[in-house]
Amino acid sequence: MGETATLADAWGAVPAALVVVAVALALGWAVTATDRAVLAGGGPVPGPGRDAARLLLEQRRTTPAPDRLLWRLGCAGVAVLALASWAVVPLGSRSLWSTSADLVWFNAAEAVLWAAVWLVGWGPNAFAALTGGYRFLAQGLAYELPLMFALITAGLAAGSLRTTDVVAAQAGLWFVVTMPVAFVVFLAAAAAFAFWGPFDAPAGTDVAGGVTSELSGVDRLLVSAGRAVFLGAAAAMAVALFLGGGAGPWLPGPVWQLVKTLAVVALLVRAGRRLPLLRPDRAVEVAWVVVIPVVLLQALVVAVLVLAGFYG
Amino acid sequence: MSAEVVLQVVLTVAAGLVGVGLFGALSQQTVVMVMMGLELVLNGVLLAGGAAWYFLAPGLPDAQVLVVVVLVVMAVEMAMGFAVTIALYRSRQVEMIDMAADLRG
Amino acid sequence: MLTASTGWLLAAAAVLGVLSVASGVAVFVVDSMARATFALLGSFLAVAAVLLALDLAYLAVVTALMMTIEMAIMAVFMIAFMMNPAGLVPMSMVHNTRGSAVVGAGAFVVLTAGIWLVDWPVRRTAVPADPTRQLGEALMGSHMLVMLGIGVALFATILAGTLLATARGRYDRFGPDLTAHRPADPVRGGLAR
Repeated sequence: MGETATLADAWGAVPAALVVVAVALALGWAVTATDRAVLAGGGPVPGPGRDAARLLLEQRRTTPAPDRLLWRLGCAGVAVLALASWAVVPLGSRSLWSTSADLVWFNAAEAVLWAAVWLVGWGPNAFAALTGGYRFLAQGLAYELPLMFALITAGLAAGSLRTTDVVAAQAGLWFVVTMPVAFVVFLAAAAAFAFWGPFDAPAGTDVAGGVTSELSGVDRLLVSAGRAVFLGAAAAMAVALFLGGGAGPWLPGPVWQLVKTLAVVALLVRAGRRLPLLRPDRAVEVAWVVVIPVVLLQALVVAVLVLAGFYG
Repeated sequence: MSAEVVLQVVLTVAAGLVGVGLFGALSQQTVVMVMMGLELVLNGVLLAGGAAWYFLAPGLPDAQVLVVVVLVVMAVEMAMGFAVTIALYRSRQVEMIDMAADLRG
Repeated sequence: MLTASTGWLLAAAAVLGVLSVASGVAVFVVDSMARATFALLGSFLAVAAVLLALDLAYLAVVTALMMTIEMAIMAVFMIAFMMNPAGLVPMSMVHNTRGSAVVGAGAFVVLTAGIWLVDWPVRRTAVPADPTRQLGEALMGSHMLVMLGIGVALFATILAGTLLATARGRYDRFGPDLTAHRPADPVRGGLAR
C-alpha cells in the first residue's frame, strides 16, 4: 500500500481544504434538512440556512459568572473537530489529507469531542448544561470502544489504516457483506457522538436542552452545525468503509458516492428518529455486556477471513 | 545549523516539561494535582521518545515502542491513581497526600 | 546546512514546544480546576502536534485520543474531589514550594546541559515510508513481549482499579446467601436484570 496522492497535493492545500469544507457544510445542511423533514412528517419545514443566518445575527445571551474562555473553546471545538474529521474522508478516490493512520485520526477527532462537549456544558455555569456535559461523558464510555472496534474491523480487512486503501480493498466485495455488525455499530456510535436521535440525552428535553440549553447566537450555530457536519462525515465515512465508496455500475464514482451517502443519511435519520431515547446509564451496560462482545466476535470473524485469504 | 539543532530544541522542550512536572508533583498537596504533575513528566518522556526515533534511529522501531509503553504507563498511572483516591476518600474523607502520611508504614 | 524541511520543523517544534510548556506551567498557576485540567490537555495536544510533525502520525493521534479521554474523565474527578472546582474561591493547595521549584529547575538545567553538550550521532537510515506499519510489525513480531506485558498490565489495572474503587461486592448485590434474583444496584442497568 504505497503513498496515495491527496487532494491537497492535487489541487493545492487551500483550494482543496475549501472544497472539503464546502462539501462538509453542504452535507451537514442535507442532514439537518432531512432530520427536520422526518420530524415534521410532511408539513412545512423551515430551512436550516435561514436559521443559520438568524443565529449569526443574533446577540449572545450570557449567564452569571460563566467560564467564558472554556465555553468559547468548547463551542468552537465542536465545529472545528467536525471539519477536521473530514480531512481523512475520501472524496472520489482521494482524501484531503492522508496519513498512515487515517482511521485513528477520525476516531481521535471524535475523542477530542469529549472534551469540547464537556466544556460546552461546563462553560455557562448552569445546572442543566453541566448535567448534559456529564451525560455526554457517560455516553462516551458506552460508545467509544464499540466505535473503535468497528473502525478497526474495516482496517483489518483492508490491511491498512488509510481510508483510500480501505475503499480500494472493496473492489471485489463491499465490506458490509462480511461485517454488517460493524456497519450498524458504526452508525449507532455516530449518532451517539453527535448526541442525536436515540442518544440525545446530553441535549435532552428533560434537562431543558442540556449542553445546548444556554447557547445562543454564533455559539449555538457552531454546536448545531458541528453536530450535523459530524453526522454527515460519519455517513460519508460509512460509505467509504463499508459500502465500497464510489464503486457502482454506469454512473461515475463521485455520483455513486453522493447517492450512497445521501441514502445512508436518509436511513440513519429515519431509523434514528423512530427509536426511543436510550439513557446513558442504560447504554453503558448494554454496550459493555452485549455490544462489545458482539463487535469483538465480528472482528474475529473478519480476522479469520483475512487469514483464509478471503479479501485477496 | 542542522537537524541536530532541531533535536536539541525538541529535547529541551521535553526537559522543560519534565522540570515543570516535577515541580508540580512535588509541590501540590492533592492527589489529583500530583498525578497531573506526573503526567507532565511522562509527557516530556513521550516527546523525547518521538524525537529520538525521528532524529536518531528511524530505521528501528524501538523508540516508537517506547512511546507506546509510556502511553500505557500514563493510562495505568491515571486509572490506579483515581482508584486509590476513591478508596482513600471513601475510608477517611481525605484527598490530600499529607493526610495519608501514615500509609508510609 | 538548513534545508527547507529542517527549518520548517524547527519553527513548528519551537512554537508548539513553547505552547506545551506554557500550558504545563498554567496547570499549576490557574485557580480553576477545570482550567488546570484543560491546560494539561493543551500541553498534550501540543506534544501530539510535534509528534505529527515528526512523521509519527499514529502515535500522535493516539496520544491526542487517549489523553483527551483521560483528561475528560480527570475533569470529573477534579470537580468531584477538589474544594475549588471553578476557581471562584482562590486558595493555596501547595507545600514545600521552594524545594519543589529547586528540584524542578535543577532537573531542567541538568537535562538541558546534557542535551546541548552531548555530540549527538547523525542518523544513518531514512524515515520509513509507513512508520505505523513499522510499529505494528514490531509490536506483533520482534517486540511481541512488550505487547504481552502491556496487555497483562492493563488487564491487571482494570481488575485492581475496579476492586479499589468499588465499595460493593456480590453480597451487597445479591444478599447474604447470594439468592436474590435481581441485584440491588443503586442504578439499574439497561438490560433489566
